[in-house]
Amino acid sequence: MMLDNFLVRSALAGIAIALAAGPLGCFVVWRRMAYFGDATAHAAILGVALSFAFSLSVFAGVLVAALVMATTVSRLYGGIYAMDTLLGVTAHAALAIGLVAVSFLSGVRMDLMAYLFGDILAVNTTDLAVIWLGAMAVVLILGVRWSALLIATLNSDVATAGGLDPRREQLVLTLALAVLVAVAIKVVGALLITAMLIIPAAAARPFSRTPETMAAVAAIIGTLSVLGGLAASVEWDTPTGPSIVAFATIVFLVSNIVMWMNRRRRLSHLR
Amino acid sequence: MSLMRSHEVGVRYGGSRILRDINFSIDRGEIVTIVGPNGSGKSTFLRVLIGAQTPSEGRVERAPALRIGYVPQRLSIDYTMPMTVARFLALSGNSDRTQTAVLLQRVGIADRANRQMIDLSGGEFQRVLLAQALLREPDILVLDEPTQGLDPPAVAAFYRLIEECRQELECAVLLVSHDLHVVMGQSDRVVCLNGHVCCEGTPTAVSAAPAYRALFGLDTEDALALYRHHHDHLHPIESNP
Repeated sequence: MMLDNFLVRSALAGIAIALAAGPLGCFVVWRRMAYFGDATAHAAILGVALSFAFSLSVFAGVLVAALVMATTVSRLYGGIYAMDTLLGVTAHAALAIGLVAVSFLSGVRMDLMAYLFGDILAVNTTDLAVIWLGAMAVVLILGVRWSALLIATLNSDVATAGGLDPRREQLVLTLALAVLVAVAIKVVGALLITAMLIIPAAAARPFSRTPETMAAVAAIIGTLSVLGGLAASVEWDTPTGPSIVAFATIVFLVSNIVMWMNRRRRLSHLR
Repeated sequence: MSLMRSHEVGVRYGGSRILRDINFSIDRGEIVTIVGPNGSGKSTFLRVLIGAQTPSEGRVERAPALRIGYVPQRLSIDYTMPMTVARFLALSGNSDRTQTAVLLQRVGIADRANRQMIDLSGGEFQRVLLAQALLREPDILVLDEPTQGLDPPAVAAFYRLIEECRQELECAVLLVSHDLHVVMGQSDRVVCLNGHVCCEGTPTAVSAAPAYRALFGLDTEDALALYRHHHDHLHPIESNP
């Protein structure tokens, strides 16, 4: 069967993440939530420690930790610290405490690197099913709330006047982010999840005239990066997660150079 | 019945009291202008009325299923979000293309439909915001300083347009403004706000009211009186006891 091939399983897992991370990553970019994504992703390491300590599935442990982190940060906001300070504290605290907690789990043999940088080649069919389920849940919820999310992102007062609750839309994004982190940790690892959100979205910006095209182009760039990174990793025996992110970065650079050249050409026409 | 009504509304931020004891209501078809100096709580009061800010005291009632067309004082679109004028207008939930085209024509930016929002001038941006609010076919149009960035002829045209829209949609219009003279002519009622309601009534009644004239320094020929605020002691914004 096709799924018996580990490369096919890896590619399919990566594509699922790319399809969900494209549109979600756009909101992370538009709302300047990059640090928020980092904090949620770093909490995943704490989640991994928890799931080993209580013999839960890694997905469940990470989902809980990511949700708790995301809602805690949202609650704390508005106090004396600015959002970036708050996130800087919580993100690194979660990572550090997670790493310490893992060291206490002496009886468990676990490959920490796999959770920090992902281990996409080790994805089995069960993982694949969970990853697709989670990723498609994210795509579905973003699709259903799309207009409301856009309006709330543009201006929360306009959203309220239109009968929406901006806090609810924020919660939708928080939930979607937690689910994505939980399913992406196996693929790209806790340290690089934010990269999969932000880099394809940022690379898609120069090609887009509407929010919808940007989301679609981001998903396509993410998919290409997964395939390109996977191929590079097979060819040169490089770590797969970082190779995927490196590939996306190259696309980002090319897209911005193209935009810059186009703009120069337009300007020289005007002269 | 009133579309919106506030009863003894007060708002506090930390230790300071921004608004107190505000009783206000607006009926269908009315144009009401709220005037007041900077920091008098005008925008805060609008946000309380539309439900974006919970009052610390008192309560706000809105007619059931009230459709509000809100134009904020500022709407900044992050450069990272691509957004054409047409796509932005469709976010109002009204995707009727003919109606959208007619509205763009009326607000004078028919040729801008495919432009990016971030490439618009300040005046064009304000008109897109108004068009977006009107596409909701609102029961009440709420405008927070809608004419900033417009030159005087454009301001006059803007108010004419709002007056026309009121007649066609039979909606109420509630606006906050600094453009005292232009606005007041078309308002049914003016509310002069400085943390509380100083005075209210028809434009002529308010412009003759001592409280209003004191607030805007109109009872003296000395231009500096505007800044001295020596009458402001009549209506200070209270600090929390």
